[in-house]
Amino acid sequence: MATAVENIGANEILDSALESQMTLSMGPQHPSTHGVLRLDLRLDGEMVLKAIPDIGYLHTGMEKLFEYKKYQQGIVITDRMDYLNPLGNNLAYVMAAEKLLGLEIPERAQIIRVLMCELQRIASHMVWFGTSCLDMGAMTPFWFTFKEREKILNLIEAASGGRMTPSYFRIGGVMMDLPAGFENRVRQFLDNFHDALNTFDTLITGNTIWHSRTKGIGIISREDAIDWGLTGPSLRGSGVDLDLRRDNPYTGYETYDFEVPVEQDGDVWSRFKVRMRELVESHKIVRQALERLKPGPVKADAPKVVLPDRDDMRKHMDALIHHFLIVAEGFNVPPGEVYHAIEASKGELGVYMKSNGGPKPERVHFRGPSFVNLSALPVMAEGEMIADVVAIIGSLDIVLGEIDR
Amino acid sequence: MTDELHTFVEKLKEQNSSWVADVADALGEVTVTVPREHIVDACRFLRSDQQFDLLADLCGADRGPEEDPRFEVNYHLFSTVHHRRLRLKVMLTEDDPHVATVTQVWRTADWHERETYDLLGIIFDGHPDLRRILLPSDFDGHALRKDYPLRGFEPYSLN
Repeated sequence: MATAVENIGANEILDSALESQMTLSMGPQHPSTHGVLRLDLRLDGEMVLKAIPDIGYLHTGMEKLFEYKKYQQGIVITDRMDYLNPLGNNLAYVMAAEKLLGLEIPERAQIIRVLMCELQRIASHMVWFGTSCLDMGAMTPFWFTFKEREKILNLIEAASGGRMTPSYFRIGGVMMDLPAGFENRVRQFLDNFHDALNTFDTLITGNTIWHSRTKGIGIISREDAIDWGLTGPSLRGSGVDLDLRRDNPYTGYETYDFEVPVEQDGDVWSRFKVRMRELVESHKIVRQALERLKPGPVKADAPKVVLPDRDDMRKHMDALIHHFLIVAEGFNVPPGEVYHAIEASKGELGVYMKSNGGPKPERVHFRGPSFVNLSALPVMAEGEMIADVVAIIGSLDIVLGEIDR
Repeated sequence: MTDELHTFVEKLKEQNSSWVADVADALGEVTVTVPREHIVDACRFLRSDQQFDLLADLCGADRGPEEDPRFEVNYHLFSTVHHRRLRLKVMLTEDDPHVATVTQVWRTADWHERETYDLLGIIFDGHPDLRRILLPSDFDGHALRKDYPLRGFEPYSLN
């Protein structure tokens, strides 16, 4: 968090009457900044000479908080980071802890994780699609995308009890098994989703105004994209074929059949196309996961780490004792450090977790894809028109909750 | 899988044996501790010769005020070509928390280093714009240090 004078420099801020240049502080309440992002823009007429993102307005010290919470309590904090993709955050966090603990996750739990994560990815992309259209003045798609997202949120609510803050994945598995009839509800959603995709295509993909607002705007080259650490759809929009689900597989993604969409141009239009094609791929993965769901345990066989079922607690003394100990004291995690990265909806979500052997982590650091992708904004925005800055921010799909943490 | 990672470590040692102070292999990840004066050279070599072209993450950690060295900086390297990960670690003492910046190797290090400076007070020498990034510029202290209380020292006012 800094002032415009600190970001751009006092000499440049002072505009003399004859100069054509000016400094504009855009945000933090600007609706198209997707949260509380502020940009300090140095403008020549309408052209952006310098763009400096200014973040920190939503900083809540989450990484500090992790150090004071037990491992299982940390899951709740992760929900609040990228609040459009909470299940992805849960997954990255619990997998890092599971790696430290050396837990084996039952197959059904892994399939449920893939299923829920891909549904969440569709929901996250729905928000991106709706809002990035809204930013550029197309209001109609927003209502359609939020309708689809609502259906997914209802599914997540049915499974976990929470819509935006599910905390569904737990260390050692998932909170509880899927409710009765869940699979049919997902199938119903999948069957109707193609119609929704067609609606989006009719509204936006073939729209000439949309083309002229996105093609050739906010270009970042392949080399720059890697150098600036872009990941996820933003990197694949610049022609780099990288998807951690395929290249560093986790939770059994290597056994699913899906393609990784890549576009070459590196502009807003390329990033748009990558995400639209990803929706189809996620849809494919959800369908495969549904077919694989077989009855079985959803929690690892680790009574000292995983909370027992309510029913067991009423019948078995040791289950009751374990429950008490986990809740009251937590469980000790062997000393060590891990970095676990997953392909979240916005890019590589990495968790660095360090344990000193106690029930609370010594250090948890989140590598948020939004944080890194936003740092490359000046490369894309400088030399563009001020109206295009909004389009570029939309195409990066940032969430300030994750950037500021 | 870690065998392949050890070949990178061997290459690093071949290039200059003083670059590698310690190698740890745990939980399928390889950590190379690099003396802080060699971190930029080691990074540049890994980037140009071993295809670690993407700096996935850079973060600091405080081991506690009683520890010596107190701080560590972790560099998580990733390759878009061979998809391997490697962690470099630099240890820093409390009296002299300085390390050279790697922004000229990967430009993405810019914000990561600013964040590490902001929250832990580690100074990256040669960084083009080392200012606070998440906390206000007049914030006192470094919030992620172990001796910084969770609720801060006194109510912080935005005025």
